[in-house]
Amino acid sequence: MALRNTRSGFGLVAILFHWLAAVLAAGLFVSGLWMTGLDYYDPWYNRAPDLHRSFGVVLFVLLGLRLIWRALNPAPAPEPGIRRWEHVAAVVVHWAMYLLLFAIIAAGYLLSTVDGRSIEVFDLLSVPSLYSGGDNLEDLAGAIHYWLAMLLAGLVGLHTLGALKHHFRDRNRTLVRMVRPVRRREPRQS
Amino acid sequence: MRKLIIATTSALSLSLVAGIAQAEPEQYELDPRHSFIEFRVSHLGFATMVGQFNDFDGEFTYDPDNPSNSEVSVTIDTASIDTDDSERDRHLRNEDFLNVSEYPEARFVSTSFEEHGDGEATLEGELTLHGTTRPITIDVNQLGAGEDPWGGYRRGFEGTVTLDRSDFGIDYDLGEEAEEVELYLSVEGVRQD
Repeated sequence: MALRNTRSGFGLVAILFHWLAAVLAAGLFVSGLWMTGLDYYDPWYNRAPDLHRSFGVVLFVLLGLRLIWRALNPAPAPEPGIRRWEHVAAVVVHWAMYLLLFAIIAAGYLLSTVDGRSIEVFDLLSVPSLYSGGDNLEDLAGAIHYWLAMLLAGLVGLHTLGALKHHFRDRNRTLVRMVRPVRRREPRQS
Repeated sequence: MRKLIIATTSALSLSLVAGIAQAEPEQYELDPRHSFIEFRVSHLGFATMVGQFNDFDGEFTYDPDNPSNSEVSVTIDTASIDTDDSERDRHLRNEDFLNVSEYPEARFVSTSFEEHGDGEATLEGELTLHGTTRPITIDVNQLGAGEDPWGGYRRGFEGTVTLDRSDFGIDYDLGEEAEEVELYLSVEGVRQD
């Protein structure tokens, strides 16, 4: 089992980054929708937003590390039989998801910190407010946070449909290699 | 002396008194930098949360010869609510509380003003908040009036009134201690005429 990517598949680190980001993003999406509807007397009324903010910061750090790892590793080539437009669409969706994730995190950070308050990450670490001010900027940030998250959920749907199509219709290894790390010392292709 | 006579004959009809007094009421506009609309709500009975509205404007007239001939109106931009917590402010603006997209303005228009001496007075009027108009009574204290250092003339009041949120249809459950909201108003007007 390789830690690093090769031209034919993903290493363990890239795979873990992918699924950790997926679980975190999905958890943040669901918890965000759920917690904003909580009753004032719900035991989670304060705890859920605390955790949501904390995990949001964790996702930000994870995405940063993931991009660094990505830059230091070869990108596996598309599976044989994948058409050019499919590959282009996949790349566009991948980068759109990265962009949206960062934009959503930035908006969420702003809506919590424009009053000058810090974000407490699990009561361990404090992320300071970098920008405070602007009249009711939190309203704009909140609307962006919400609608970009909806857009991202749509893209995740497309991304998932694509993966399922490759697996069940095209019967190629696109999905499998996102689960099973490439073998170490694989003989070079070409 | 003249003031005293008029004050003691306040039972006379307004038009009659105005006729005697002759002088026009003084016109004032609120100085936003020296006017404050603050509110206080109990947090579960443990502490008091203080907030304010940042944007509002208003004007009043004051008739020194016949104070009951004075009037005031204030319009508040409800979205300017500020409790020094961006997330809480967003919540206060949404449908659970002020619903500012539906009701962007709150408005107070006086219906009567009565002085009791020593600067104390009672101001009655209609408050429109959250789309609901209700009569309210504000206890007022006139703090002072006179020339400012920059050639203007100012007059200032403070007032308090306690509102029942549910009277205005704002009934999100924050516990019974938080059903009442105390408003503290501190306003300074700059004379316009």
